[in-house]
Amino acid sequence: MLSRLLPHPVLSVVLAICWLLLVNTVAINSIVFAVLLGLFVPMLIRPYWPDMPRLSRPLVVIEYGLIVLYDIIKANTEVALIVLFKPSKSLQPAWICVPLDITSPEAITVLGMTITLTPGTVSCDLAADGHAILVHCLHAPDPAAVRDDIKARYERRLKEIFE
Amino acid sequence: MIGYALTIAIGAFSLGLLLNLWRVATGPNISDRILALDTMVINAIALLILLGIALGSSIFFEVSMLFALVGFISTVSYCRFLLRGDIIE
Amino acid sequence: MQYDLPLWADIAVSAFLLIAAFFGLVGSYGLIRLPDAMTRLHAPTKATTLGVGGVLIGSMIFVLATEGRFSAHELLISLFLFLTSPITALFIAKVHIHLHERPDTLPEPRDGAGWASYTADGPARGVRDLSPLPETEPDQNT
Repeated sequence: MLSRLLPHPVLSVVLAICWLLLVNTVAINSIVFAVLLGLFVPMLIRPYWPDMPRLSRPLVVIEYGLIVLYDIIKANTEVALIVLFKPSKSLQPAWICVPLDITSPEAITVLGMTITLTPGTVSCDLAADGHAILVHCLHAPDPAAVRDDIKARYERRLKEIFE
Repeated sequence: MIGYALTIAIGAFSLGLLLNLWRVATGPNISDRILALDTMVINAIALLILLGIALGSSIFFEVSMLFALVGFISTVSYCRFLLRGDIIE
Repeated sequence: MQYDLPLWADIAVSAFLLIAAFFGLVGSYGLIRLPDAMTRLHAPTKATTLGVGGVLIGSMIFVLATEGRFSAHELLISLFLFLTSPITALFIAKVHIHLHERPDTLPEPRDGAGWASYTADGPARGVRDLSPLPETEPDQNT
């Protein structure tokens, strides 16, 4: 009964919080509307998204978010230094193929977004069978190290979260 | 002090917009031009928020939120046109 | 213009605005300076994340200090930007791969499956040939 009424509790909570942030006030009518949105939108979209992943381990989700934030700030300063001071001739851009162990489309999407949001790396394409992701690096003297870093820092945690 | 910081930040982002415009005008190939237009949207969002602080009005937040929501659609549809020769299939 | 702020808020907002201005300007400068199309794609991600992010944090502290309320719109703006900017980057990269790269200039994925831009639904139905149009004869009548 509960799983029929609330097919995706996390999605419901996220929708309600987003609505409250959008109206920017906490009054009784906005709370009521937020609860209604959280109830009905997951029911409406359930037929179109049949095997929505269950997020296990919320602590790892928070840890992942903090690690990505730290990496964004660190990589930002590194890339800013490269842009300002490194001559174009000594720049070593590289295409890197990162083989994937995760298989669910949602996990691959989150991994690709993380790679792009971290300055210095952009995820460009997915292999036709979905088992590898193509990454472009701004400055990578050692492409294998970048690949291992992506796999160890991001992909291992996403595997814990989504599978 | 915040007045000086605001002036510097607005100047920096406006200069950024001009640099992007230079890339739009001279970009050697078409992906550079799309990229420069996309960066212009991002700089415009930052400028709108700075104006909101400077004028003490919260209207600008609504505007910049709409920009953040729909600003990417033009980029995506232009790219899709280049990739497929068609936007809506 | 006069703002009545406590000193700590004044310093914090100014610091965040200056950091944001620096990174936003470096992002736009990188778009001019970097040598080729794929490296230029790296510059705007910086402007998005720390440039706009710094402005948003500064604005949150400013509203908190002047009006004494928590302003949530900034969080939503950064959420939307973080969700949408990877999509534009991916599409621009795909355009670049489609127009300027060949399968043999990219590393090979394992199992030799090929990249999705070239195989799965790659050069698909109705794709236009983007080579320059042939010269047309100028119309004699006009």
